[in-house]
Amino acid sequence: MLIRMARKSDPKPSEITSRDDYLNRRKFLASSGLVAGSMALGSGLASTPAQAAVERPGVGEALTPLVDGYSKLGDSDPITPYDAVTSYNNFYEFGTGKEDPAENSGPFNPRPWEITVDGLCANPGTIGLEDFLKPHDLEERIYRLRCVEAWSMVVPWVGISLGDVVKRFEPLGSAKYVQFETIVRPEEMNGQRSRRILPWPYVEGLRLDEAMNPLAILAVGLYGEVLPNQNGAPIRLMVPWKYGFKSIKSIVKISFVEGQPKNTWQVMASSEYGFYANVNPKVDHPRWSQARERRIGDFLRRETLMFNGYEEEVGEMYADMNLRRSY
Amino acid sequence: MPGVSQTGPNLLPVVSIAIVLTFTNACFTPMCAVLLLHTFVRYTTLHYTAVVMTDTTQDTHSNSKRKALKPDRWLKPLVLLLGLIPAIWLVGRGLTGDLGANPIETITRYLGDWALRFLLIALAVTPVRILSGWAVIGRLRRMLGLYAFFYVTLHLMSYIGLDQYFFWPGIFQDVIKRIYITLGVGAVLMLVPLATTSTDAMVKRLGGRRWRRLHILVYPAGVLGVIHFFMMIKADFTEPTIYAVVLALLFAVRLYKKWA
Repeated sequence: MLIRMARKSDPKPSEITSRDDYLNRRKFLASSGLVAGSMALGSGLASTPAQAAVERPGVGEALTPLVDGYSKLGDSDPITPYDAVTSYNNFYEFGTGKEDPAENSGPFNPRPWEITVDGLCANPGTIGLEDFLKPHDLEERIYRLRCVEAWSMVVPWVGISLGDVVKRFEPLGSAKYVQFETIVRPEEMNGQRSRRILPWPYVEGLRLDEAMNPLAILAVGLYGEVLPNQNGAPIRLMVPWKYGFKSIKSIVKISFVEGQPKNTWQVMASSEYGFYANVNPKVDHPRWSQARERRIGDFLRRETLMFNGYEEEVGEMYADMNLRRSY
Repeated sequence: MPGVSQTGPNLLPVVSIAIVLTFTNACFTPMCAVLLLHTFVRYTTLHYTAVVMTDTTQDTHSNSKRKALKPDRWLKPLVLLLGLIPAIWLVGRGLTGDLGANPIETITRYLGDWALRFLLIALAVTPVRILSGWAVIGRLRRMLGLYAFFYVTLHLMSYIGLDQYFFWPGIFQDVIKRIYITLGVGAVLMLVPLATTSTDAMVKRLGGRRWRRLHILVYPAGVLGVIHFFMMIKADFTEPTIYAVVLALLFAVRLYKKWA
């Protein structure tokens, strides 16, 4: 089983979804009615239902042009209001309270921003954010976000395909994982002044095939505007089938590595938080049940869906794994 | 925010509080409400009678004023009103929509915080009396203990009635599987006999010694409460550590008094 798993995580060139296949798939999804509309220019004109649903709040700088990305939502998945998305956050760099990030992240200055790409890849380097984003389409992706604390939201992200980014830096055959790091800036991030909270920097990681999954994005905005500081400005990961803590914020470093990264929460409490952290209603957190969740804005809890409702898109990657052991 | 109208006005906080109050009233709370009201009425009337009596029987104005200002006259009514402030504050926040994006979590945590605070305040009465020699505050112990029970009851009911919405299979699973919930429920169960035997009549019926022995339960309840708080924290244990240190100091004073 281990050998098979290792082979599975080893992305042969043939396994990497080409951009054309990816776009075709999205076209297929669009035509099958799962995605509303195919393309829309985000000039404020609402040309598709998905665009119409996401009105810009007019708080931050607008991101244009926007392409409609993959958004599969159910009837009971209304988009969470902007105020809730930007006032209820877990971002311990700014404090452990849910409202702390919105209150304390004012002094944080995400511009200019540089990202270092290193490790086992053909094109390492340190790149300014604008150049990092330039080759990619900005897509609007409306995803469910399920926190390990059993609450959830629906957020209209703006981001770029992580798979395309990975391909651009050409990981070597020996690269099995992608590791991400959050910036360390205690002078602007009050939470980082205390080692009692977490060992900084915050580290997260994905298996290379997970990073290549079409659902994985690097988000640079929400609600059609640049990412507010409290949501992980200027660039963060968003892997909607995993618990929220996997989607690391304010990324400054992306490393291609051979060994499984030691992600921060696993280091903090390995019996409670694993490397995979896939949303799974059948595997409880030791201290609370993961079977149900509270969608922010709802009164009643709802059933949590396997892989947060993205089983069709990601389930195959974990087909051979014991999800109770690899939590 | 202009232009954002995904949902209508947020009535949730108001509805939440209404439901909490309804169900808590239906269950435990009448008991503490009656006890609190009883104390309140008793001391306000006593105060009133004292002032009226002194006014009618003694003509000197200064004399009545001096009597009315004695700490044992105003202390209890004052603390009685102060103890209600957290509850009123919470209702106020609910009515003004100031409970954040997850009002149910806010309500439950807030009530839990105040339950633990009142428990520690009640436990502090005797040590403070020992250290300061201020005997009058000994009379506040029952009321503060009842406030702890009042808030812990609301805290439990907001977990049952709001957080789980009477989803009994889930609640049952939580109580047997989630140790911090087991401990929390254990603490409440320990406090129930203490609240029910808090009346003068019950003290008399049980007799001082048996009553005191029963009320030793408040110590394990306090310990469980602090552990319960510790266990729900993910990172940064500063706050529960403060509670634990306070609890340890209060124990230390009592033990010192006992052995010294």
